[in-house]
Amino acid sequence: MGDLLLSSWPWYIAGPLIGLFVPLLLLLTGKAFGVSSSLKHACAATVPGRAEYFRYDWKASGLWNLLFVIGILLGGVVAVQLLGGGGPTGISSATKADLQALGLTEFSGLVPPELFSWSSLTTGPGFVAIVLGGFLVGFGARYAGGCTSGHAITGLATLQWPSLLAVVGFFIGGLLTTYGLLPLLL
Amino acid sequence: MASPRTSTHSSETRPGLRLADALIYLGMGTIFGILLVKSEVVSWFRIQEMFRFQAFHMNGIIGSAVVVAGASIALLRRIQATTIRGEPISISDKPFERGVNQIVGGIAFGLGWGLLGACPGPIYALIGAGVTPVAVALLSAMLGAWTYGHLKPYLPH
Repeated sequence: MGDLLLSSWPWYIAGPLIGLFVPLLLLLTGKAFGVSSSLKHACAATVPGRAEYFRYDWKASGLWNLLFVIGILLGGVVAVQLLGGGGPTGISSATKADLQALGLTEFSGLVPPELFSWSSLTTGPGFVAIVLGGFLVGFGARYAGGCTSGHAITGLATLQWPSLLAVVGFFIGGLLTTYGLLPLLL
Repeated sequence: MASPRTSTHSSETRPGLRLADALIYLGMGTIFGILLVKSEVVSWFRIQEMFRFQAFHMNGIIGSAVVVAGASIALLRRIQATTIRGEPISISDKPFERGVNQIVGGIAFGLGWGLLGACPGPIYALIGAGVTPVAVALLSAMLGAWTYGHLKPYLPH
């Protein structure tokens, strides 16, 4: 049992448990499961600027979401410190071979240190992956009206047409990065 | 489940947050974060594997999450469930105009997801997992959301 807990969790355990967050949140709190609105609430709480988009009572509608994402961060701490999380990732040999062909050599953690370390932040590839990648995730999620949780899980689970469209967009973008941008970057 | 004690905070009169609620949100977030790390959803390598269609793992996670969430919501609607405080449960529809924002915003998000290897949930989990440079990505994502908020009136939707 301890071994099972400490090794990585298969999709058929993690996926259904993640799916249960949607009804659990609804039953306990009446809130719809989603993560990227936390970025909006964080802006509204700190530097709303002059945008109409950030003018609302963030404490009433957003505080729950901010607490939820602080919890996610704490969960990351617990998973690594107590539950043996943190890598190496059990990816397929085909993926590993593809990434090695692109020049990545270090597969022992959750991210390639060639892109995601403090020293790589000042290199072109590291800056693009971290700073541009982060910007596009925040901008795109808010423009699309949700991210993987709000659109791909809550939206698809409630059969919402806009969410399917957004998820198609997510994959178009991801494929463009994987086959277009990454080979240029690495 | 309602707490017998009432809060003495002045915010009690506003639709604020009860301590019990705050603990629920923090606790559920923590469990979600553990799931994201332990299932390797936070792994940059897993996201590459997904976009290269070289394993079922990520599709299995998202797919089974959608099925479980969908079946549960259908059940909640059928039995007209209420929250534990007796409030009606409703999920508002995602706004839809012409679909431009879902497609263009979705592609922008996907480009970033591929680069960063993390969507918003995993961004928080990775910081907690000790991949500290991702804190810069979080600030960048906030800047992205801030930029969208200011450009919204000028962007097609």
